[in-house]
Amino acid sequence: MAADNRYEEEEEVRTDDGSPITKPRPIVRLGIFLVAHSPVFSVVFSAAGVLALLLLPLLAKNTYISENALMPGSARSMLSNRDASDGSKLVKDIKNFRLNHEGQGVEVQRLIGKYMSEMVAEVYYQKFQPEGNQFHPLHFFSGPASYTLLGNVSCASYGVNVVGIIRAPRGDGKESIVLVTPYDFINGGDYEDLSLGIVSSLFSLLSRVTWLSKDIIWLVADSRYGDYRPVAAWLAEYHTPSFKVSDLLKCDELNTADNFRRAGTVAAALILKVDGRSERFEDILSIYADASNGQMPNLDLINVVNYLAVHRQGFHVKVEKVVSLLSSSWLKIVGEIFEAVGKVANTLNPDWKFGIPAAEYIEGSATLASSLYSQALGIPTGPHGAFRDYQVDAITLKISPGFPPDSKARQHDFFLRGSQLLEGTIRSVNNLLEKFHQSFFLYVLTSPSKFISVGVYMIAFALLVASLPMVAASLYVDGCKALTKSTHNSAENFKSWKWLDAAKQVFALHLLGFIVTLLPYFICQVPGQHSPRNRSIMWGTTSSLLLVTFVTIPGCSPFSSRLHGTNWAILKSVTISAAFIGLCLMSIINFATAEIGALLLVPTCLLAQPIKPALRSRRVKSLLGAFCSMVLVTIGFPVIFFAITKGLVGEGLVGLSLGGEFWTWLESLWAWKSATYLYIGMVHLPCWLLCVCILFHPS
Amino acid sequence: MARLVRSWILLLILQSFLVSIAFGSKEVEEFSEALLLKPLPDRKVLAHFHFENRAPPSNSHGRHHHLFPKAISQLVQKFRVKEMELSFTQGRWNHEHWGGFDPLSSMNAKPVGVELWAVFDVPLSQVDTSWKNLTHALSGLFCASINFLESSTSYAAPTWGFGTNSDKLRYGSLPREAVCTENLTPWLKLLPCRDKDGISALMNRPSVYRGFYHSQRLHLSTVESGQEGLGSGIVLEQTLTVVLQPDTTSVERNTQPSWSLNSLFGRKVVGRCVLAKSSNVYLQLEGLSGHELKNVDSEIEAHKLWKNADFELSLKPDRVLREISSFLFIFDIEKSSDSEPFDLGLTWKRPSKWLCQLAPLHASRFLMGSGNERGAIAILLKETESQEKLNLTNGRCTIKVNIFQIFPWYVKVYYHTLQIFVDQQKKTDSEVLKKINVSPSTDKVSSGMMEMMLELPCEVKSAAISIEYDKGFLHIDEYPPDANQGFDIPSALISFPDHHASLDFKEELGNSPLLSKFKEKSSVRSYTEVLLVPLTTPDFSMPYNVITITCTIFALYFGSLLNVIRRRIGEEERFLKSQAGKKKGGLKQLLSRFIAKIRGRPIEESSSSSELQSSVLSSKLIFKIILVAGAAAAWQYFSTDK
Repeated sequence: MAADNRYEEEEEVRTDDGSPITKPRPIVRLGIFLVAHSPVFSVVFSAAGVLALLLLPLLAKNTYISENALMPGSARSMLSNRDASDGSKLVKDIKNFRLNHEGQGVEVQRLIGKYMSEMVAEVYYQKFQPEGNQFHPLHFFSGPASYTLLGNVSCASYGVNVVGIIRAPRGDGKESIVLVTPYDFINGGDYEDLSLGIVSSLFSLLSRVTWLSKDIIWLVADSRYGDYRPVAAWLAEYHTPSFKVSDLLKCDELNTADNFRRAGTVAAALILKVDGRSERFEDILSIYADASNGQMPNLDLINVVNYLAVHRQGFHVKVEKVVSLLSSSWLKIVGEIFEAVGKVANTLNPDWKFGIPAAEYIEGSATLASSLYSQALGIPTGPHGAFRDYQVDAITLKISPGFPPDSKARQHDFFLRGSQLLEGTIRSVNNLLEKFHQSFFLYVLTSPSKFISVGVYMIAFALLVASLPMVAASLYVDGCKALTKSTHNSAENFKSWKWLDAAKQVFALHLLGFIVTLLPYFICQVPGQHSPRNRSIMWGTTSSLLLVTFVTIPGCSPFSSRLHGTNWAILKSVTISAAFIGLCLMSIINFATAEIGALLLVPTCLLAQPIKPALRSRRVKSLLGAFCSMVLVTIGFPVIFFAITKGLVGEGLVGLSLGGEFWTWLESLWAWKSATYLYIGMVHLPCWLLCVCILFHPS
Repeated sequence: MARLVRSWILLLILQSFLVSIAFGSKEVEEFSEALLLKPLPDRKVLAHFHFENRAPPSNSHGRHHHLFPKAISQLVQKFRVKEMELSFTQGRWNHEHWGGFDPLSSMNAKPVGVELWAVFDVPLSQVDTSWKNLTHALSGLFCASINFLESSTSYAAPTWGFGTNSDKLRYGSLPREAVCTENLTPWLKLLPCRDKDGISALMNRPSVYRGFYHSQRLHLSTVESGQEGLGSGIVLEQTLTVVLQPDTTSVERNTQPSWSLNSLFGRKVVGRCVLAKSSNVYLQLEGLSGHELKNVDSEIEAHKLWKNADFELSLKPDRVLREISSFLFIFDIEKSSDSEPFDLGLTWKRPSKWLCQLAPLHASRFLMGSGNERGAIAILLKETESQEKLNLTNGRCTIKVNIFQIFPWYVKVYYHTLQIFVDQQKKTDSEVLKKINVSPSTDKVSSGMMEMMLELPCEVKSAAISIEYDKGFLHIDEYPPDANQGFDIPSALISFPDHHASLDFKEELGNSPLLSKFKEKSSVRSYTEVLLVPLTTPDFSMPYNVITITCTIFALYFGSLLNVIRRRIGEEERFLKSQAGKKKGGLKQLLSRFIAKIRGRPIEESSSSSELQSSVLSSKLIFKIILVAGAAAAWQYFSTDK
């Protein structure tokens, strides 16, 4: 915008004086130059932005332990076979118990509790309500403190968590480390038992060791109602107890009243899950780290786990990937090109080592895409997300054992290795005097041992959006020129106010977007049961009605421009400015959303042009441009884009169920308080509507 | 010559003897040592060392002491200390398993780190100065950073919540102080026998610091003589409380582990400290079955008491004292020698279980909320299986609870948000709150303090107190080196003024300072956990970034401002015009022609279009850049290809 103003000034001086100022200041000259050649530069910048995004897997750095105090793997593991056999015993007992007692009650919890108290841990049980997330627009950015118990408590369905605390013998009790094993007490599978086995082996060790300085909490979360809910309920009780009497306490014979115990500020949390068998012979460890709104735990935590798992315990570590990308041919071609370029560079100078093999590139891109996608979605990928709400660094470790669950021999070894991994991690965190602060919080992973920090991935985004202000400025200048030509009224020639009409329209549409964003809350309040499809239809119709109303209000509607003679160029200029501001704001809140949004919104905004003149002119170039903008606008509509992404991921959608699916998806977004929902409603949708307006502009 | 010296020494010794005899006629300085051992229900053993040093009131102020440490007496005289207690603690006292009602726990269960309180005998205006000087003196004396208590933000002046009603009382604690040998050594230096002889010889550093809890305490009080002209006497009480885990070889999990002094400390007692008036070892056994209480008078029964089916002592006790729920075996270590060291052992034969006497309510404290902005502190009181609760006032059974809490200034407490829940029901202040005294904190000047007295019904199951606070911002130089660890809120003191912990012995005690201390009535008190508040911490590498950014902004701002002020545009224009009139350089012309060719336009005059010129200029710029880049690449290529 600054360049824009300067341009104006310069122009003014030139036109008024008639005599040229031949040497303006260099920065101004650069601005003028960029604005004057904005079409070329916008193409160059956008292409560079996409290229930079594709280059990211090449630019990924190897991870390293930034905090020296962590010292992973420097201590010899103290875990003995005795501890592992303690774990095996628990698993066996639970299995036997299951066989004998079909079913209900809290007997399994009691059994686990008994085991814990034998290991001199303090044990308690916590009941929680499997209450669903409710959308409330005002609670969007409020913290978890706004958690309130729902009034209607039913004893029909509630979960019971078992918690054991080992107090550090010489510790001061100021800090603690949490271990979570989600476990379905009613119908937990054989693999789920293994996670209990690992942690109980570890617990048996930790009850003896003298090096603990932080208390250890083991939470066996009742995962009957999902993995996330029990952990969130426990954390809420831990941090924001209500002190009020809860009806839930009276529900069962299990007395849980008033024995909730705490152990200071939580320093870190590890969630352990053992999932179905891996396809390979070796055990696979998957790390999940994304919490809500793309927040990540400190990179050091992932590094420690990865280091120990790879170099000490021999797990095959991986992070999530977009599988469909692995077989995509275009990515392969890109990867091969980069590999070839890297080779050429290497022959020129052996010190230039930026080329990586194509296969590695594809792996990296698939992981990067998955990281970006899950961050952009803003929905936590596991129970660790609940910890992030309390500023606790947490990750989920999902181990897929490479053996059938009844293999006793390998089970013992599995317990030994699994609990040694956890022991090493806990020991590292235990060493830490300060909370995690040394390493990165803003990063994306391209493999378990490679990351891209914020400084690098911002480049792609910055290049993408850099063209927006340039194009806005040049369009504004063009529009002003056109206006001055059309109206020779000197009073109307007051330049700085020319954008006001357009701004009014843009603002009106953003207001509409805001209202549309809030609509689902009211639709949810509509009494009666409605299917998601019906709800989405309701939403669609109300939104369209609103749009029609807005359009009919004179002065606000983009279609009323005929009366005022607003130039579409100025409207587009303001639209682009609004999109630029929206994207930049979003990049602060959630970078990945902004990046994906920019990929979609930047070309749409840049290419949007009235199709009428293009059709009239019948030139191939302009027809092509019109066609491109039509296609982009179609893709840019959130519902269509949602369908396309679903299709890419590999889930086909039938036309009619699309609305319902989309509604459910959005519902999950707001239920998790994802800022992506706000972005879609308040930045993307208005800008898209404005692009449609420009497309059908009657000029 | 040697003989002369020897005779001189003999003479000196004789003289000192004579002097001591002369003093002996009056009150003399007394020193006594004692060790109390107590098996705990959770398979651990508590060892409590107790040393008492008494200096009688005398005229010779601090100049001549025979046993009493001079450093302490000088301290007392210089700062006019009336009463003082300093404790160094590591680990947490487990109130549930180690007891909370007996005098031992209410006196020796101390908060983590350093705690210091002192009452002064000076005019009120000089109390703070005395306190500051005292902290510095103690800091030097005990090799600890007690001097950090000097700052007014770290100490408080409790009025009644602390137990001692005095306006000349100052209280401060340092939760983060690490306690180690360096603090124990100066403490031992105050003892007449140091750790060379007597009971203190047991203090083998590795075994003391291997324990689950250790707390070294120094308590001194002055005794007014009442006589004119005489100064005041000083009583110095030094205790070390250690909780140790005996090495267990037995696999059986139910039986208590057997131990001996040697296995606990790795040392034996080889004789008493000869300067001590009394040196005893006590063994306290709690929760023995009642039938054995009958007929202990006879010799056989007494024998049965220490050698029975449940357990066996390795030595015969000199005396056995009975209390309501416990036995006290007394051993005199006078008989022990190098050849026959005193090594008391306890062997359990049968699994036995007992419960400790618990405080009426168990207190725990925690932080609530999340984020860097605000939070709340909650104190939770829960009922315990305590026997002694009854306390009738106005026909209603109530428990009185005093809570004393210091808040550092960066925890900005809103006292109006105080909420009290009794049995999960919100109570108004007037219902349960008897008394409250609040002194709010001042930013960066003083810490806040809260004293309150609650009166809860006896049948209370749980009570919760919560109070909200805002987290303050510190100035960058106020952060400690480990700012990212968070900040500590010192322990709160929960005391029960109507509940008195004392051991009630049936027999005559004799002259034992430890036992008489136990017999004194003291109110039951317990400390809560230390809390860790994470505050917002700046990125300490940030100043560099900030400096860079600020400098850039300043440069841009002042640059353009100076340009606006200084530049004379008219003159510049004239100059440029005259420049434009001249012919261009050959290369420039060539370039402009070249570009014009590319653009497919005729050569324009340079003055006609600024746009063209700008493009010409920029192409020149691009050309330059390419030239430089090419040169750099070539240089790189040739320099590295060797």
